[in-house]
Amino acid sequence: MNAPVVLEATKLARFYSVSRGAFKPTATIRALAEASFTLRAGKTLAVVGESGCGKSTLARLVTMIEEPTAGELMIGKTDIVTADKSALQKLRSEVQIVFQNPYGSLNPRQRILDALAEPLVINRKDMNAAQRKAAVLDMLKRVGLRPEHANRYPHMFSGGQRQRIAIARALMLRPKILVLDEPVSALDVSVQAQVLNLLVELQDSLDLSYLFISHGLAVVRHMADEILVMYLGRVVERAPREKLFERPMHPYTQALLSATPMADRDRQRERIRLKGELPSPFNPPKGCAFHPRCPLAFDKCRVDLPVLTRHGETEVACWAVERDDRVS
Amino acid sequence: MPLLEINDLTVDFKTSGGQFRAVDGVSLTVDRGEILAVVGESGSGKSVAMLAVMGLLPWTATVSAKTLAFDGRDLLTLTPRERRKLVGKDMAMIFQEPMSSLNPCFTVGYQIGESLKVHLGLSKSERRKRSIELLEAVGIPDPERRLSAFPHQLSGGMSQRVMIAIALACRPKLIIADEPTTALDVTIQAQILELLVSLQRETGTGLVLITHDMGVVAETAERVSVHYAGQKIEEQPVAPLFADPHHPYTAALLAALPERATGKHLPSIPGVVPGQFDRPPACLFEPRCRFATDRCRTKVPPRQGAIAGFALCHYPLTHGRPIGHPHPEGREVAA
Repeated sequence: MNAPVVLEATKLARFYSVSRGAFKPTATIRALAEASFTLRAGKTLAVVGESGCGKSTLARLVTMIEEPTAGELMIGKTDIVTADKSALQKLRSEVQIVFQNPYGSLNPRQRILDALAEPLVINRKDMNAAQRKAAVLDMLKRVGLRPEHANRYPHMFSGGQRQRIAIARALMLRPKILVLDEPVSALDVSVQAQVLNLLVELQDSLDLSYLFISHGLAVVRHMADEILVMYLGRVVERAPREKLFERPMHPYTQALLSATPMADRDRQRERIRLKGELPSPFNPPKGCAFHPRCPLAFDKCRVDLPVLTRHGETEVACWAVERDDRVS
Repeated sequence: MPLLEINDLTVDFKTSGGQFRAVDGVSLTVDRGEILAVVGESGSGKSVAMLAVMGLLPWTATVSAKTLAFDGRDLLTLTPRERRKLVGKDMAMIFQEPMSSLNPCFTVGYQIGESLKVHLGLSKSERRKRSIELLEAVGIPDPERRLSAFPHQLSGGMSQRVMIAIALACRPKLIIADEPTTALDVTIQAQILELLVSLQRETGTGLVLITHDMGVVAETAERVSVHYAGQKIEEQPVAPLFADPHHPYTAALLAALPERATGKHLPSIPGVVPGQFDRPPACLFEPRCRFATDRCRTKVPPRQGAIAGFALCHYPLTHGRPIGHPHPEGREVAA
């Protein structure tokens, strides 16, 4: 259970300012606010939410593509906000990312060998061409591709194979943390299972920590150890996998679970209807961002912002849960 | 007489690499007031088959069929003028990407009114009244104001509601929904599916739901037709399909779903769907099938009867075991 912490975020936030024309004031979008979580070695932390909930922003912060507006992000023992340039450069090879769309994330004019060797060319000046090639071929074997694939171009591969290549490229520098941004949502079911199996195998053999971002709850249930549920830039619930699926506490989590179509006809249950859609991030509702769609909302929800509070193993940000807890 | 009858439909495309058969001998029927799901992975020809019904395929496609009839009318011999009178009025289609299916240059009200004007000849005020009714029916708040909105002002879920309103405008007898919720978030997807099913119940239209999501199928469809590489490989009512799939592909597809998994390792299907140049000679699923024998490699599989779910297979499964197979345990195929 208590594997060493490889990543720790405290009140992580990222705001974007958006110009809305010459005559309107610049607006601020809180893409991510006060996200706190830890990721342990060899474990998988899943981030779930609908579009606009800030999960991709989170991925960009963790991979150091962008800097946080506020908060603290510790990778290993280094705080990335205060770290100097050389320390950051070293950290970057420890956190790698696999993107959603394997058709867009590989350069069509680059052979697979070159694409996989590129991170080594930049970061491992001590390796010569022959060593790099050997490392690439070794990695191709690990992700279930054949050595002759190294000289081919991306268009010669299917979606599942491309995703394997993207995973191989991310692993070339032997990172400790792999951010998976919807790694299987562009793939067909039969291929999706192959890629998920590969990810599980690699995690075991290389002792990787995954930050697994997805909107598919079935996939998350299969992969995750711990789950963050996000809504409009904020974490609304954080729980170990079994707890979240057995006893979801936040009304949004409950609705999300009940809205996911289940292929298992015995497991289908009553659907919680959510009215309306995600509010505009320019003008988020006052109080709890979920209250306009929430079936449990009461007066307090419209005024005060709920904070994450611990209930057993689950942390949840909801006034209705607080109230019921106090009564019972 | 069924509402839509497709018998032995084949669609070929002319490509630079020669003829490509996207749909291969597919037969389907849809009755009034029924929800049929057409399931398959990408490249299974499910969308192309339905586009052939609508007459929306490009000139490179050659459509042939023994019967292709809608409501007693032969769709193959229809003149373009007659087809235009039918499509959008008696049969309507909802497409996958609501954002790119609406014309960005015209208001929502104009686009709904268009078919009302062409097919029903309603006057301007009648069109406006009916458009408001329709937007209300699909659950758009403040419909009067929304009539003058442009598509870019709507969210994905709202655009899909508008698409549904357009499809419903002339009270069609058949609606074909091609992956109507794939581009949407789960909570919105649940709303849209519920809306489609309730409208279908109220109006008694036939609904063809094209999808790749087994979860959507389980929760909405009544009858399911499973497609693979252009062929229909199995057809069953929804409950027995999930309880006892007869074609090895259906069985493997269901087993590969993460929500049905028991352990950390998913029973995946090795390999990929065959493309234009690596089509197996006999059974198309044979290279990926754990029960394949020499017979599957050389002899085109027969169509089984209703008991075996019309499976296109030499050895259809019953409760996971292939009938008449020399080695019923099958082989372990490496992923």
